Amino acid sequence: MTTHISFLLNGDTISVDVKDHWTLLHLLREEMGLIGTKEGCGNGECGACTVIIDKLAVNSCLFLAVEADGKIIETIEGLASTDGTLHPIQQSFVDNGGIQCGFCTPGMIMSSKALLDGNPDADHEAIKHALAGNICRCTGYVQIFESVQAAKKGTAENKGGNNE
Amino acid sequence: MKEFTYLSPETVEEAIAFHGRHSETAKYMGGGTDVIVKVKEGWMEPDFLISLKKIKELGELHKNDATGVLSIGAMVTHATLEKSLMIQNEYPIIYDAVSNIGSLQVRNVGTIGGNLINAVPSADGAIPLIALDGVALLHGPEGERSVAVKDLFVSPYKTVLKPREILKRITIPPQAPHTGSAYIKFGRRAAMELPLIGIGVLLSLDAIQGRCTKARICLGVAGPTPMRAFDAEKLLTGKKIDEALLIEAGSIAADESRVRDSVRGKAWHRKEMIRVQVKRMGQKCLAQINARH
Repeated sequence: MTTHISFLLNGDTISVDVKDHWTLLHLLREEMGLIGTKEGCGNGECGACTVIIDKLAVNSCLFLAVEADGKIIETIEGLASTDGTLHPIQQSFVDNGGIQCGFCTPGMIMSSKALLDGNPDADHEAIKHALAGNICRCTGYVQIFESVQAAKKGTAENKGGNNE
Repeated sequence: MKEFTYLSPETVEEAIAFHGRHSETAKYMGGGTDVIVKVKEGWMEPDFLISLKKIKELGELHKNDATGVLSIGAMVTHATLEKSLMIQNEYPIIYDAVSNIGSLQVRNVGTIGGNLINAVPSADGAIPLIALDGVALLHGPEGERSVAVKDLFVSPYKTVLKPREILKRITIPPQAPHTGSAYIKFGRRAAMELPLIGIGVLLSLDAIQGRCTKARICLGVAGPTPMRAFDAEKLLTGKKIDEALLIEAGSIAADESRVRDSVRGKAWHRKEMIRVQVKRMGQKCLAQINARH
């Protein structure tokens, strides 16, 4: 069965027919070519597919595309400016060694953005709690937590990023 | 993933009617964090997925100030409970349990009703609701019925719900003023992990003499379904509670448990942790009561 849905993706209105059994991750990657969002485990355990739906971090691999209707969705593609300037959280991951192989990075950054948008003063515990569902097999997490800490200042200065 | 037709009724009656029309091939879905995994893995093969997300009354969380009754809609997400100041302040045992279910991404979508219906032996969501004497309101083709949350579970992955029945909400009766409650999900790590053992304790004290008027000791992963340690509760009831008594209660609860060896841990370890954690959770309850009064 096919259903017509409309939603806001990184500030743009998207109007599209989706199969009922498609996940949002499938729609983004396979149908729309937005491959910044990664598929890791496909079971909601690794967080590589994290996107922001109505301000909440969500595993797009467990979220049906039909349920995206009417939602405001942010993916990693929406973070940098059109001129290529990185979002403060992205820049902080680059500057602080928060990236190694990079596979978990989009999910890590989307979870971090959802956290800092809602709680710009998040402390270490809050960061750990928010990122507990994002698995990284390279960095050992220390640099990732440091990246989010360091991004706090940048995010406060650039409150709202590029697409709010 | 298997192809299916997605239905999103706006009332419980409509959902039940949809289910009736498609009988064996239809499944209800809450947040989807369990159901989608089951469909992907082929453990569940529905032709029709009936989402309950658009049914407004299922998403309501409120406390009636006049009666003191808390009502938690089945579709209330774990994150909504976790972030609620009312839950944090008045029902710390619920906060303790839901704040470590899955990950934030799962809690933002996964629902308390889905957690109960899924009926895994660990059932983090069930333990606090049992400790709080929660009652589940079920709605089926023949109308509504109430079942105590402690009686909801039959065996692993099986509840008393009939095929077309929907869990609408859980109600929590008013709590006595001098009440403390706490839960610990004990395991190697909290996030994205099932507990080795889950221990919830609730204590109500008599305001004047400080004697225990109500004790609840609830265990997860201590048997095929969530359970209460009735003998341990009986020991505490009517007495002044101190550390020695909590240690004794912990030992009795460990004996009452039906823990076994599994990949996550050994039975003896689980028993030992029940002993230790019943005491610690009991002390947490007492500290909460002291802090408030």
